Amino acid sequence: MKKPRTMKLSLPDEELVGSGNLACQGCGATLAMRYVLKALGQRTVLCIPACCWSVIDGPFPHSCLDVPVYHCAFETAASTASGVKAGLEMVGDTETTVVAWAGDGGTFDIGIQALSGAAERNDDIIYVCYDNEAYMNTGIQRSSATPFGAWTTTTPVKHFKNRPKKDIDAIMAAHRIPYIATASIAYAEDVYKKAKKAKDIQGTRFLHIYAPCPTGWKSRPEDSIRLARMVVQNSIFPLYEIENGEKYTLSIKVKDKKPIHDYLKLQGRFRHLTEDQIKFMQEEVDKNWARLLRKVESSD
Amino acid sequence: MIRKKEAKKIVFQSEKEMPMMPMSLGSMLYNKTGAWRNIRPVVDLENCIQCGICWKFCPDMSIFIENEFPYVNYDYCKGCGICAEECPVKCIAMVEEEK
Amino acid sequence: MKKVIMGNHALSYGAMLARSQVIAAYPITPQTQVVELLSEMCADKTLDAKFIKVESEHSAMAACIGASVAGARTFTATSSQGLALMHEMLHWASGGRLPVVMGDINRSMGPGWSIWTDQNDSLSQRDTGWMQYYCASNQEVLDTVIQAFKVSERLAIPSMVILDAFALSHTYEVVDIPDQAKVDEYLPPFRPQVRLTPDDPHAFGGLTSPEHYFELRYKLQKDMEKAPGLIEETGREFETMFGRYLGLVDDYLCDDADIILVTSGTAGYTARVAVDDMRKSGIKAGNLRIKVFRPFPFEHVRRIVKNAKKVAVVDRNISYGHHGMFFQEVKSALYGHDDSLPVFGFIAGLGGRDITPSTFREIADIALSKDRPEEEIIWIGVKR
Repeated sequence: MKKPRTMKLSLPDEELVGSGNLACQGCGATLAMRYVLKALGQRTVLCIPACCWSVIDGPFPHSCLDVPVYHCAFETAASTASGVKAGLEMVGDTETTVVAWAGDGGTFDIGIQALSGAAERNDDIIYVCYDNEAYMNTGIQRSSATPFGAWTTTTPVKHFKNRPKKDIDAIMAAHRIPYIATASIAYAEDVYKKAKKAKDIQGTRFLHIYAPCPTGWKSRPEDSIRLARMVVQNSIFPLYEIENGEKYTLSIKVKDKKPIHDYLKLQGRFRHLTEDQIKFMQEEVDKNWARLLRKVESSD
Repeated sequence: MIRKKEAKKIVFQSEKEMPMMPMSLGSMLYNKTGAWRNIRPVVDLENCIQCGICWKFCPDMSIFIENEFPYVNYDYCKGCGICAEECPVKCIAMVEEEK
Repeated sequence: MKKVIMGNHALSYGAMLARSQVIAAYPITPQTQVVELLSEMCADKTLDAKFIKVESEHSAMAACIGASVAGARTFTATSSQGLALMHEMLHWASGGRLPVVMGDINRSMGPGWSIWTDQNDSLSQRDTGWMQYYCASNQEVLDTVIQAFKVSERLAIPSMVILDAFALSHTYEVVDIPDQAKVDEYLPPFRPQVRLTPDDPHAFGGLTSPEHYFELRYKLQKDMEKAPGLIEETGREFETMFGRYLGLVDDYLCDDADIILVTSGTAGYTARVAVDDMRKSGIKAGNLRIKVFRPFPFEHVRRIVKNAKKVAVVDRNISYGHHGMFFQEVKSALYGHDDSLPVFGFIAGLGGRDITPSTFREIADIALSKDRPEEEIIWIGVKR
């Protein structure tokens, strides 16, 4: 063996997510939690509605997390978190970071009313949506976060999803909350940095983390990081921040924007798409990217 | 801060031992997810450049650092293969488990 | 201090005197004055509490649950459709063993839109694991809120304090508002054994397999069974300190009564006017007002009706395809104990239709004229 030299880890080594959890192999949602908790630290409370994480955490009387967790009803991540924050303050705890931790279904669909309410009141919580683009925990049904073209168990290939993914970040920006960021688990240091930044801001903060799901996407477990990287480099899921609903900043400046083709080919959920359909999707991605760039430019 | 690191499954003999609401009293470490694995990562430490990428991307917290090198905790490694895929010098091989 | 206040404000004063720490509520007629006064109290610091002005009743109860599990004393109020929207979260509060106290103004369920009183909103929630108190005066509303917190926190079971729309919610009565210091002595601060805190991290409400779920529900029921005794105990304690007893039932001239009218809510006091009239004309009538519906006071009901010749239960609610819900419960209390006692079930006053002393007179006449009930339920006042 070689002579040991000091290893430099790019993230703190404290682990608040434990092994033995019930996540599938190659789970992106688990990595999202791991990075965010490294940034927020142990003095954090999580409100987790129905989602993969309500299973990953483990069954009663066990939990893989070293932070307190409240498993709440599906549509109540934000409203429960608002209550927890108020309750903690009334018992004298003003330090603990209160986090609503929900999947895309719990955020884009059933939980959007409570989320909008909390954001409009600017309640002092961090809302994290880990986005695996469908109802994975119930068995891969389409959500409003499912992208155009994708197969799910409720959008069979003959009738694949023909509507674009809902632009949740623009919806959140319209609430003029202090901080919104998109992130992807392939950029672990960026996830960490954004969660750290969010922690130090008061008011409603929204983190939207791209979290591949090999089980639901029919992709290889070892490709989870690769897919999470490609989706940023082809600008399907660009990484950016929005401050106060109007100041857009790109986090990763993609120089050589890749075509979406290779990304789609790694996932069984897109296998049925024809070249024409992929061409149409590419045009949509290009339009969205141009729209984002205009927002970034007008922020300068 | 209370650390819940015991790897024992909690079993209740009677309702009297149970809390009144469902609440966790122990970690998930009793659940040896290594049993899920079909292929295992084997690290060739001779070629390891100690970059820490395998540690960083492990979704199962199953790569630990000892004496400045990465080691796999086979009790919990589910065998997803992300470490091997992401290793920049390809010094991790995924090897078929013998059943 | 005596004050003339409306029933809704009696709820607000009760929540204030109990030193509620977090209130999360959404407006609905006829509940609005409850939360309007509480928001004023929070604004001028009469009450040191956080008021979360949520965007729906569903979120109101979710926020109450979050605040309660964080260790804060938590109050909300709603009515009718709002209570129905909360339904899912009511289970979450009781299953999570969180002592939230909620005021519910009994209002009929739509359609058609009705803002007037009946009990189908709260009785539709009878199986959610909440204690239910049906009040008949503004004083009782205020007192019961304070008592409900005490009982709820002792048992870790939430409570609903219920009053009739308009008949009580908007009716002004003289109410004795107790001294804060005395209320503090009666109701100590909320100190749950476990709560959501990084100092002692637990995951609450996780995936629960058939191996454990059954026992958790058994424990909830066992604790609910302790409630009747505890309500009486805390009611006597209340009487010692404030001079007013708060019990499970309230009986009036039942000891020698030939016919007992069983009621709940404000209809109880109306029934007493009819009872007095009937007594004057030689009919030995009595009134049993059931105050606590969950847990149901089986023993009290059996004891009070045991010498009567007839029992007439008047329900301002209906379980479609079955009976009025108090009627069901009274019969189940007697089953196997006194099966020979004729119990008549009447439906009256749905959707805010007035229940007057003459309504009770009509009910008594029907019950007295028959040996046994000839119909499953008897509707009073339907225009046919």
